[in-house]
Amino acid sequence: MLTYLIRRILYVIPICLGVTVLVFGLVHLAPGDPLSAVVPPDAPEEMVQELRVAYGFDKPLPIQYATWLGRVLTGDLGVSVARGREVTSELALAVPNTLILAVGGTLLGFTLGAFFGGVAGYFQGRWIDKLATGIAITGVSVPHYWLGLVLVIIFSVEMNVLPAIGMGPNGSSTWVWDTEHMKHLVLPIITLSVIPMGIITRTVRATVAEILNQEFVQALHAKGLLNHQVLMHVVTNAAPTTLAVMGIQLGYLLGGSILVETVFQWPGTGSLLNSAIFERDIPLLQGTILVLAMFFVFLNLLVDLVQSAIDPRMVR
Amino acid sequence: MMVNSVYKHLGRLPSVILGGVVAVAVIAGSMSNSGTARAEGTLRVGMTAADIPLSWGQPDQGFEGYRFMGLMLYDGLINWDLSSSNKPSGLIPGLAESWTVNPNDKTKWIFKLREGAKFHDGSEFDADAVLWNFDRLFDKTAPQYSARMASLVNFRIPSVSYNKDSNTKGWKKVDKYTVEFTTKSPDSFFPYQICYILMSSPAQFDNTGKDWNKFAQNPSGTGPWKLTKMVPRERAEFVPFKGHWDSSRQPKLDKLITIPIPDPNARTAALLSGQVDWIEAPSPDAIPKLKERGMVISSNLYPHVWSWHLSRVKGSPWNDIRIRKAANLAIDRAGVKALLGGYAIEAKGHVTPADPWYGKPSFQLRYDPAAAKKLLKEAGHGPNNPVKVKMMISASGSGQMLPLPMNEYIQQNLKEVGIDVEFEVMEWQSLLDRWRAGAKAEQANGAHGVNVSYTTQDPYSSFTRFLRCDLHAPSGVNWGYHCNKEIDGLLEKASLAFDPKERDIWIAKVHTMEVDQALFVWVVHDVAPRAMTTKVQGFIQARNWFQSLTPVSMK
Repeated sequence: MLTYLIRRILYVIPICLGVTVLVFGLVHLAPGDPLSAVVPPDAPEEMVQELRVAYGFDKPLPIQYATWLGRVLTGDLGVSVARGREVTSELALAVPNTLILAVGGTLLGFTLGAFFGGVAGYFQGRWIDKLATGIAITGVSVPHYWLGLVLVIIFSVEMNVLPAIGMGPNGSSTWVWDTEHMKHLVLPIITLSVIPMGIITRTVRATVAEILNQEFVQALHAKGLLNHQVLMHVVTNAAPTTLAVMGIQLGYLLGGSILVETVFQWPGTGSLLNSAIFERDIPLLQGTILVLAMFFVFLNLLVDLVQSAIDPRMVR
Repeated sequence: MMVNSVYKHLGRLPSVILGGVVAVAVIAGSMSNSGTARAEGTLRVGMTAADIPLSWGQPDQGFEGYRFMGLMLYDGLINWDLSSSNKPSGLIPGLAESWTVNPNDKTKWIFKLREGAKFHDGSEFDADAVLWNFDRLFDKTAPQYSARMASLVNFRIPSVSYNKDSNTKGWKKVDKYTVEFTTKSPDSFFPYQICYILMSSPAQFDNTGKDWNKFAQNPSGTGPWKLTKMVPRERAEFVPFKGHWDSSRQPKLDKLITIPIPDPNARTAALLSGQVDWIEAPSPDAIPKLKERGMVISSNLYPHVWSWHLSRVKGSPWNDIRIRKAANLAIDRAGVKALLGGYAIEAKGHVTPADPWYGKPSFQLRYDPAAAKKLLKEAGHGPNNPVKVKMMISASGSGQMLPLPMNEYIQQNLKEVGIDVEFEVMEWQSLLDRWRAGAKAEQANGAHGVNVSYTTQDPYSSFTRFLRCDLHAPSGVNWGYHCNKEIDGLLEKASLAFDPKERDIWIAKVHTMEVDQALFVWVVHDVAPRAMTTKVQGFIQARNWFQSLTPVSMK
């Protein structure tokens, strides 16, 4: 187990390096001048060139990459070209906001997904299976953006019971866990939870159905175990697959949803990415994508370790 | 558009979703509805910008940055008159009480500064502050020099003299309250240019460790508002600056909050749900809903034009004046206006007939497809031999209104008279990149025109930059390489006319010639709709890109 643990952790190093190459490469592959969205269109070329030099965009890409990587290794993600603020401080503001949404969306999506999936798998072919499967398919099919808009129109515009935008009456800087702020969470969390709910429902359903058809379940019944005791065995066997899917979904949610955060004006990482893309703010874009990618890498590591703890066969 | 289509489909929501609706409503209703108490007289504005504009002096985010940050915290030496909604907005004294050109050397301007004006930090505004602010933009040896800030504004003041090699400056102190400026050549447009330079506090720069990013967190200008709080990408809060030098511009509100909401549907929802009191630029199809819910829609003519900027490089069909005129006659501008929900003014030229720069063009922009077909026939084109043009357009963008449906409408109009238009649709910033590069650049990819809407706020922005022969790429944004020596001569005469009335006459001649030669395809002028609740009182929508919120109060 210890060898596996060390080997799995060592794998993370080349993955991280690969991620930095990909992040840097993809951002710079996009056509256009990195300063075009930051300087007014009438600004003379001489002025643009001065800024290009000031931000190091005049240097060859390998040198830019090496400089950036060197800074990243010391925890310096650079300064936003558009806003002049440090990327780390921008992320420090945005990441906790996305975490609040992601955790909320995770809890709701996973709970409903596990419930619907478990029920559908256990009662395969029955009307309750069809209902749960229908809900799951709807969940994965409905576009976030559309659902968010519909929820805003119903609950904010027409019924006026929930706020349409923002993270509280006075913004995120005064966030507290009181009713007034929690009301701002309801619609984005529902919107965000729908896709993971659908995916987990389908995964759990398929896994449970498959396990129920295995011989050891019949053997357990033959041994005289009660239904709920058999179910515990089924859950234990279904857990590794479900956990892996949950890990990926949590990674997506931690990455923030550009669309959901845009619809609800939620000041998280999705909103930060949106700004960085539209302003072609390369340091902000690189820094944000890198941090989100790292979340993903470490989350997968964590899931692998938990999976191997639950199911020792994984180590082999 | 999305909001309306969503509304239309609400009736078809299946009952299971409606069940969910009821459940969420019950949960929401069970939560406290107390809300957070707001001070009386607090106005919350939903901006179109994606972030709070830079607050260090020269704002970014285009003219919205000036509107909701620059001109709130700062003053220029010359300000815009934003006090009236029924006449074109002109220049008025700001931190300079007067400005005169030297009659013996018209490259020299004397600015008499206002005595007693204070920055928010309590320090005094004087000639040294003016020199310091200009050094901030030009003198790379000055500690306060900021290349980023310079990139945002220096192109707006092309006349001021500065030699970067010798660091010879076109600004000098005459006495504590007098500054002399030198221009590269005599230029009567100089006052229009200098009004974009906003005065930051040198003392506050020192107080914040000579760091502009720290200054931006605690900015200090002489403007009527003080910034009290800024949360990036979320909100900026302002309170009145009681020590402002102009008592007529003392804000009536207790507090003003600006919130960036770039998505138009989110802005509309925020207004209708009571989270903001005012939104900028509601989408035209949301306006009926806003009116139905009792919102007030404010709009007014302002210096904006939505047009096609034509290429005049070799091989462009637009080199033939008959084709240019035919295109202008083929467009049903009333139809475009209807498409915009009535929130536009049909263009009669680059500026409107209400503008002193309109002149007396003989070519009337009207909808006359028969006349357009006749002109095309004269030019050798007909149903079997249509004119083929390629236009670069954007899917969205600042001031672009509804570019896709508008361009498609025009495409149909032109098709009907025998002009086939092919579009190359691109993202707004890509379009601006190609616009800056000029029609001869490789990026133009053989396009014969570009759709970028323009400000017509000052003579340089309206005319000079597009029409003067030497201002093509990379020196300027005469995208189409238009060149007419006669127009150059008129522009020069305008810049040498220091009497405003005489200057306007020369500019009007430029505009007359511009329209008579159909140098652009002009479509509409925007009227800057903004929606607000009935609680918002006292707003005067000036005919300007900039607006003053000082007379606004909340009922």
